[in-house]
Amino acid sequence: MKLLVPIKRVVDFTVKVRVKPDGSGVDLENVKMSMNPFDEIAVEEAIRLKERGLANEIIVVSLGPAACQETLRTALAMGADRAVLVETDAELEPLAVAKLLKQIVAKEEPQLVILGKQAIDDDSNQTGQMLAALLDWPQGTFASKLEIAEGKATVTREIDGGLETLELPLPAVITTDLRLNEPRYTSLPNIIKAKKRPLDTLKISDLQTDIAPRSKTQKVGAPQPRKAGIRVNSVEELVTKLREEAKVI
Amino acid sequence: MALLVLAEHDNATLKPATQNSVAAARKIGEKADTSEIHVLVIGHQAVPVAEAAARIEGVAKVILADEVELGPQTAEILTAQVLLQLQAEHYSHLLAPATTYGKNVLPRIAAKLDVQQISGIIDVLSPSTFVRPIYAGNALATVESIAGAIIVLTVLSTGFDASPLRETSAPIESAKELAKDSAGVRLVGRQLASSDKIELTAARVVVSGGRGLQKAENFQLLEALAAKLNAAVGASRAAVDAGFVPNDYQVGQTGKIVAPELYIAVGISGAIQHLAGMRDSKVIVAINKDPDAPIFQVADYGLVGDALEILPQLTAQL
Ligand SMILES: Cc1cc2nc3c(=O)[nH]c(=O)nc-3n(C[C@H](O)[C@H](O)[C@H](O)COP(=O)(O)OP(=O)(O)OC[C@H]3O[C@@H](n4cnc5c(N)ncnc54)[C@H](O)[C@@H]3O)c2cc1C
Repeated sequence: MKLLVPIKRVVDFTVKVRVKPDGSGVDLENVKMSMNPFDEIAVEEAIRLKERGLANEIIVVSLGPAACQETLRTALAMGADRAVLVETDAELEPLAVAKLLKQIVAKEEPQLVILGKQAIDDDSNQTGQMLAALLDWPQGTFASKLEIAEGKATVTREIDGGLETLELPLPAVITTDLRLNEPRYTSLPNIIKAKKRPLDTLKISDLQTDIAPRSKTQKVGAPQPRKAGIRVNSVEELVTKLREEAKVI
Repeated sequence: MALLVLAEHDNATLKPATQNSVAAARKIGEKADTSEIHVLVIGHQAVPVAEAAARIEGVAKVILADEVELGPQTAEILTAQVLLQLQAEHYSHLLAPATTYGKNVLPRIAAKLDVQQISGIIDVLSPSTFVRPIYAGNALATVESIAGAIIVLTVLSTGFDASPLRETSAPIESAKELAKDSAGVRLVGRQLASSDKIELTAARVVVSGGRGLQKAENFQLLEALAAKLNAAVGASRAAVDAGFVPNDYQVGQTGKIVAPELYIAVGISGAIQHLAGMRDSKVIVAINKDPDAPIFQVADYGLVGDALEILPQLTAQL
């Protein structure tokens, strides 16, 4: 079984981004970039399926600028077999990404696509569901457990209020939640080995699909800052403040 | 053209987030030339849900699609049923709560319609322009939908006060056609927290615990405080990962987003991802033994000290 894992290069999760004064976006100059944490979980899950003998090839794919090669190399160093970069400097909407991924799926014919449930930059939480829709495949989103047997995926999903378990016929799309696994660290020997693994680059035009934007970001602003609070010195003082000043209890 | 809101429910009760989505639809309606709002209820033996939806202020009609196959409410079957409704009548907007329910199904529908969904809106500027948080709420994007036959939105409940329930009811219609194809997906089961738990996203007061509570048993101290305040209990990711509480307690960028009147963070450091889920609370209290913990930067009232000592005292004094 072939696995496809799309990954996105995003601002590292430890960075507190700043909005640009002109309102055109957030300042990404000299900011640390990493693989989207949920995508790391997706890569890890694919590797574990391969280690359990349930898959024989893992292809990672990223859509974005040339710098995404670095992200793809990280995935290769974790244990993916080969990488595809769809190189573009254009801002892609989740729908456009899903359409491009559909073309890659048509070429590679994986049985399972595993994606992160959301990218921590635009927080959209759409691409996996959209890809599933375009392929007409079933979807198992927000997975905290995944089992594959007899042509079926059994997925435990994190939902409001608890957990849900679904059985999906393959091929299918899975999106990962935080508790699916803990991604491994890459070791120096594996990083060196990863340099020799194939990384193909495609152009958007190679994939021939309509990716004209359907939405437009007019402005990016900073949220209203909270006004500075105070320190209280005792439980009594806290209770008094909550009763008499804030009037919330 | 009307606006369509997809109701969130468990076949027995309507989830309050639906009322917030109706509120968002009303706000759009006020700015557009149409303000007729329909609510679509898809499920099995869901008449009580439809009856509740019919009482939400601003709702002109409820459409009920009720059939055993629809009971599990998988993304596949919900998508099929919503698409039938969009063929049956014309709609300018489709909305659903930005909960795991709406997040799961709405993008699937949007892709079928070749539409770019706008996720997690907190404000409406015009019928096609919306505000949504990005980067864990560290920035707010104003996004305009510029193409597509319909506008598809998920709604963050924190952005819109719930549209209230009224005495009178809107008419309830049965869906003319019912979706059958579940794409081979089978619901194996659900493990849900007890339903008498106060819902995090609807609570007036939330008390949340973090890794600083050190072990699961210490969450009882928090439960006791919550009981006194009639509060819902939340947690940081670290507390969930440590197994102190189940996953659905998680507040944050990738958990639940809450904005109660009062949020009490106990033994939580205040990582960006946690702040994303609670920074819009009206009053924030932080209790932490580290005076430099970032949570104090967003707290209205900060108390430095050992949570295990403070919690029983606080509960006793309320
Ligand atoms: C992709 C991604 C998504 C994430 N999503 C979320 C999310 O949705 N929600 C979320 O919460 N996190 C999320 N996180 C994790 C987040 O980055 C932090 O790791 C997490 O919030 C830390 O939880 P914590 O504050 O409980 O633990 P810690 O950071 O370990 O803080 C524990 C705090 O407890 C205090 N403390 C210790 N003992 C005591 C005591 N006896 N009395 C009082 N105080 C004490 C300490 O001083 C410290 O400040 C996410 C991370 C990633 C990478």
